[in-house]
Amino acid sequence: MWSLANPTRFMALSGRLLPWPGAAAAVVLAAGLYMAFRAPADYQQGETVRIMFLHVPAAWLALFFYLVMAVSAVGTLAWRHPLADVSQKAAAPIGAAFTLICLVTGALWGRPMWGAYWVWDARLTSMLVLFLMYCGILALWRTIEEPSRARRAVSILTLIGVVNLPVIKFSVDWWNTLHQPASVVRLGGPTIHPSMLYPLLLMALGFALLGLMLHLAGMRTEVLRRRVRTLAILEAERLDRQAA
Amino acid sequence: MDLGPHAFFIVAAYAATALVVAALILNAVLDHRAQVRALADLEARGVTRRSQDASADVRPQPSALHVPGSG
Repeated sequence: MWSLANPTRFMALSGRLLPWPGAAAAVVLAAGLYMAFRAPADYQQGETVRIMFLHVPAAWLALFFYLVMAVSAVGTLAWRHPLADVSQKAAAPIGAAFTLICLVTGALWGRPMWGAYWVWDARLTSMLVLFLMYCGILALWRTIEEPSRARRAVSILTLIGVVNLPVIKFSVDWWNTLHQPASVVRLGGPTIHPSMLYPLLLMALGFALLGLMLHLAGMRTEVLRRRVRTLAILEAERLDRQAA
Repeated sequence: MDLGPHAFFIVAAYAATALVVAALILNAVLDHRAQVRALADLEARGVTRRSQDASADVRPQPSALHVPGSG
């Protein structure tokens, strides 16, 4: 892990790895979509159950990418791992996008099932808070110019936001919510019939592979961006010396 | 395939997801291309970290990952 802290080594290795999760994501998502539309309609939700094949994996990945950011934040603050900050910055827009997908698909499911696009339910509200956290973190990076201060501020804000993760997970148990309780990740095992569980898990795997590809690609771009800035600063210094 | 009376909501959910994923991929591709182009432009102008080693009094950055303005 630490040997990958060398950006040149990371770029070489990630360049070779990058096509694989991308190709695998395309295949798995195609199979997942096929199975999602072949699955039977739910006895209560009817055909709208097909929205769940997007909504649930998006929610899982929204939480997962925040966790990736939190681990990266620890890497930045505690060990100053050179790639931790790069990883955190690359993960933020991906997590925000999955959270947005979760909120939009949830609203589109809620309208026919609950009669409302939005209710101020604990699960929905805590997911909205997660989305706002992502937006705040992305904004903070653009606000603070000095990179070491930005790194520290973003890492601290990210770690504060971790408090929201158990609130999201357990909100359906702690409060009386309109949102249904967990039906896949639960102690007693999944309560979903395999005809719906398998497409759901396949879609989750496809989303995870897509997220992995985008995260690797984002990290590579971030390393390049920092190289560009280094060279731009060196060029500016050289021009200053020539002018002096 | 008949999606029943709520077909609009189902199609809208899949369309919105496709849109967000496409935007994410497009942004990643365009951003990467922009950085590759900017790096190539700088290198074409003879700006390299190695050249700074050889030239006078400015020491190169210890790592490309810790650069002022790279926040």
